[in-house]
Amino acid sequence: MLEDTMAAPAARLPREPAGRREVAFRGGGFLPEPKRYHSWVAFAGVLALWQVAVSLRWIDPVFLPSPAAICEALWGLAQSGDLWKHVSVSLVRIGSGWVIGSALGLVIGIGMGLSSVTRAVGMPMISAIFPIPKIALLPLLILWLGIGEAPKITTIASGVFFPTVIATFSGVDSVPRNLIRMAQSFNMPTSGIIWKIILPSALPGILAGFRISMAIALLLVVSAEMIGAQFGIGAFLLTAGNLMQTDDLMAGVVMLSILGLALGAILTMIEKALLSWR
Amino acid sequence: MELVVDVKLHSYGDLVVLQDIDLHLRPGEIVSVIGPSGCGKSTLLGIMGGILKATEGRVLMEGEPAADCLNPLTYIFQDFALLPWRTVAQNVALPLEHHKLPPGERERRVKDALQRTKLDDFANALPKQLSGGMRQRVGIARALVVRPAVLLMDEPLSALDAQTRDLLMEDFLDLWLRERVAGVYVTHNFGEALRLADRIMVLSRRPGRIKEMVAVPIPQRERSRKSAQLELTELGNRLWSLIRDEASSAEREVVDA
Repeated sequence: MLEDTMAAPAARLPREPAGRREVAFRGGGFLPEPKRYHSWVAFAGVLALWQVAVSLRWIDPVFLPSPAAICEALWGLAQSGDLWKHVSVSLVRIGSGWVIGSALGLVIGIGMGLSSVTRAVGMPMISAIFPIPKIALLPLLILWLGIGEAPKITTIASGVFFPTVIATFSGVDSVPRNLIRMAQSFNMPTSGIIWKIILPSALPGILAGFRISMAIALLLVVSAEMIGAQFGIGAFLLTAGNLMQTDDLMAGVVMLSILGLALGAILTMIEKALLSWR
Repeated sequence: MELVVDVKLHSYGDLVVLQDIDLHLRPGEIVSVIGPSGCGKSTLLGIMGGILKATEGRVLMEGEPAADCLNPLTYIFQDFALLPWRTVAQNVALPLEHHKLPPGERERRVKDALQRTKLDDFANALPKQLSGGMRQRVGIARALVVRPAVLLMDEPLSALDAQTRDLLMEDFLDLWLRERVAGVYVTHNFGEALRLADRIMVLSRRPGRIKEMVAVPIPQRERSRKSAQLELTELGNRLWSLIRDEASSAEREVVDA
């Protein structure tokens, strides 16, 4: 039997002299290959299974509504205008908090990257405050700033500030020193070195920080709105949960997912535009 | 313009790196600096260009550079030091951007520097699209665009493969013979020093002191001729005999560290 299977290739290939044998191929594999449709097929499969499970009552729709019911709820919310009402309020909070937190994070992060004094003062403080869950500060912020938009936006800003400051500091700190020396050797002024060498060089790190801070902003807006808000996705989710309207609740979760994807896509576009040289 | 180097001492804490270095670089002259690893060659170049401050001693410029010179002491870096987000032309234009120049002068200078380094066709390419040799050409063009009086070159060819190194050295020589800019050329490679330099400063092991200043009495133009080879080989052997033992000790020191 073994002789039979060996005979076929031997007939096609020239016979090697006795004692010689071909080196077996050992490479290949372990390389990422683009699989364009796999994710869509898997996603559709999960949705179909979910729909079947709820339709056949394997899962109680009160606890987990079917994808069709969620789409229906989402459509209803869009028709009534509630969807935009809640999403727009959340977007304003995310936008305001993110811009304030990012701007402060950029300024302090650049300062820490450029100045040894700022780094020596700032690093221990940031290390101490960063691990605190920022939502824990919301009651205190309500005491300080009153009930309204300010404590929610401040919570989001504080959550965004820390990853931004750390990413910016790391980005500035890791700028290749040879580029700075090169600019100095041409007598480039300090402002020129910062604008033309340090910031563009630190940009990939800063944008990576933005991606993290955007996710944190989304997380915090929902948490903050659940604690003290009438409108917004968080408030909507809490109300739907309290009323056992699980289809509305899941529609809110889908909205959050879409929002996260949209914000991520915007960041990807910015990265592609600004980092096309990579 | 001439450069007078008088470094009595340079140290990092207790570690003395350079001692008693004096050099008078004349206009159009090329001095190559060789020596064992860690002898302070690059540090010396840093001090010459004002990137490092000597612990004791100073570097003086004597005379005025040409009127169009924007940066008398200009570096060419071993690792090219190009900005990856800028095109070739934008990298070359970088040293001009903080100077007030007459309208069109910046573009003229960039175009001229690109032409002289045979980079005209690559003006819009990004550094990542270029080979190592082409990247170093960009580094050279960026140095030429400011019309320097002295070029300070820190092993500019050492990051390149042997063939590219040879090709770029030929271009370097051509450029040199045309431009006649003075230069200090730090290298590990005796061949490069012997092809390019008027004088070769041999440094001792750390702390780097001038062990010998070796003149190369053959004009650069004639060094590729067969008749010059014997003399150049003898000079190469002499240089090697000057640093061989110390290079071996320095290597052991690096390994031990």
